[in-house]
Amino acid sequence: MPEKSDLPAAMSGISRRRRPPLAWVGNGFLIIVAVLAAYVLVSNLAKNPIEFLQNVLDGLKLGCVYALIALGYTMVYGIVKLINFAHGDVFMVGAFTSFYAVSQFNLHQWPQMLFPAIPAGISLVVGSFTVILLSMVVCTLLAITIERVAYKPLRDAPRIAALITAIGVSFFLEFFGALQFVFSPRFIPYKSPFDTTAWYIQGGIHPIVSGQSSPDNTISFSNIFLIILVASVLVQLFLQFLVRRTKIGVAMRAASFDKPTARLMGINVDRVISFTFAIGAAFAGLGGVLYAIAYASIWTQLGILPGLKAFVAAVLGGIGSLPGAFVGALIMGQAESLTMSYISTPMRDAVAFTILIIVLLVKPTGIFGEPAGEKA
Amino acid sequence: MLQVDNLNVYYGAIHALQGISFNVNEGEIVTLIGANGAGKSTTLRTLSGLLRSRTGSITFKGVDISSMPAEKIVEAGISHVPEGRKIFAPLSVRENLMMGAYSRNDPAEIQETLERAYRSFPRLKERAGQYGGTLSGGEQQMLATARGLMSKPTLMLLDEPSMGLSPILVEEIFRIIVEINKQGTSILLVEQNAQMALSVAHRAYVLETGRIVLSGVAKEIADNPQVKTAYLGV
Repeated sequence: MPEKSDLPAAMSGISRRRRPPLAWVGNGFLIIVAVLAAYVLVSNLAKNPIEFLQNVLDGLKLGCVYALIALGYTMVYGIVKLINFAHGDVFMVGAFTSFYAVSQFNLHQWPQMLFPAIPAGISLVVGSFTVILLSMVVCTLLAITIERVAYKPLRDAPRIAALITAIGVSFFLEFFGALQFVFSPRFIPYKSPFDTTAWYIQGGIHPIVSGQSSPDNTISFSNIFLIILVASVLVQLFLQFLVRRTKIGVAMRAASFDKPTARLMGINVDRVISFTFAIGAAFAGLGGVLYAIAYASIWTQLGILPGLKAFVAAVLGGIGSLPGAFVGALIMGQAESLTMSYISTPMRDAVAFTILIIVLLVKPTGIFGEPAGEKA
Repeated sequence: MLQVDNLNVYYGAIHALQGISFNVNEGEIVTLIGANGAGKSTTLRTLSGLLRSRTGSITFKGVDISSMPAEKIVEAGISHVPEGRKIFAPLSVRENLMMGAYSRNDPAEIQETLERAYRSFPRLKERAGQYGGTLSGGEQQMLATARGLMSKPTLMLLDEPSMGLSPILVEEIFRIIVEINKQGTSILLVEQNAQMALSVAHRAYVLETGRIVLSGVAKEIADNPQVKTAYLGV
């Protein structure tokens, strides 16, 4: 409580009374950018609607992966006010766990190896689920360990200390993972538990023969696209159910609002915080596996950019808000996909962080964010 | 029931509670009165485990609770309704109440306690789905009190329940406090409104800058000339 009231009231008064000089330059720039972006999008939509739709679908795939990561950022921020920069690296560990489970141990085929009578299809589905579950469990354990070792001792320290620690943990995971006897520093072709198949739409849905591309002017999609889409939506619904309908979920909301009072209710706040890290990490692990399957190559710094973009998505949606993270991630996916197609591929990352800067300038609380300082 | 002996609490270098001792017996309403900064809220926060004492003991039903974490103290049967009500603004009234029962694991009986809370505070039932933050001050105090009862406490710590309320609502709140006490819950009441507190309490302690300077039967304390001038404005 005193943190906020320590700021002299006059400070907010000044910014309200006197606009910073040359503010119109920034606003004018934003308007020009918006007009240009709208022009590029509309003209390309008019030129080739099918190609445009294809790009939107690709953006949706990316956005849904970001959503799985962004949820963890936003939930952890909601409860401990920490930007957990190690979250993207937990995502990376999820991808590697599934890689080793599949390539070293053939975990995706365990039902058939144990019970040869089981049909191959069922075996593959059950096996793939097992691989994903294993990755989620490993990520959960990793996140709980990180929280216990690195963040919990800093619970009462200034927030910047925990933030710097999070960056340190992130670097540690990336470069420890890059050791030769851990994940190695190389790019590794990912061995997927199941084959990706794709279809194209042309007066019906036709499979694309592997090795060939889809005919011109058709929309194509793959099984992994559908899986990512469904997983992302289900996770969002599950989390809504969790925080609205379950005891631990309501306790999460209570603790994120007021920790001392939550303790007076008999809530073990430390356990609720661990649980929050665990849930976020589990879905980052899921995202990591799906991302690796979709993009087919992994290395130890795989989590950095998706992690940062998911963080931008969480800020864009309003950090602390679950629907915000989802919507923000979908917007990020579109921004990136459309930039790649209509501006230039290297611009994709620049655009993501431009969005961050614009959000912080225009509406720092994000789309679904509550106005700052409301919490007395 | 509650026995506090020679309790010393520090805020950094500030010696906030300087060796206070008092007790609450079964079925009693005991009040701690004193000026701002005398250590009343500090006492309650130490009892409920939010603050740690440096020395001294707190015994509740024969068990030393001075090093128990707050969530265990709730389970042991002490419920603390904090100063300023501390309603969970983004939670609905019903969710606020359910959080009060967090330490319990008997859904059927929790439901029964919830029904009883709604019977005692019909206003809360009307507003069950509303966000806690949208309630008026008086309703928030009702909610905080009802929430405090959800854990089925045997001892309730009430911190400034009359704060910021109109005189009519203050009367109402104190009527409720007496009612809760009649149903078998002991109460430790901290109040700046010494007059009201002394009128409902059985016994009273007067706290001044971290020390207990006076104690006794509430009526006698109310008649004490020093108390009259210092706290009752007579």
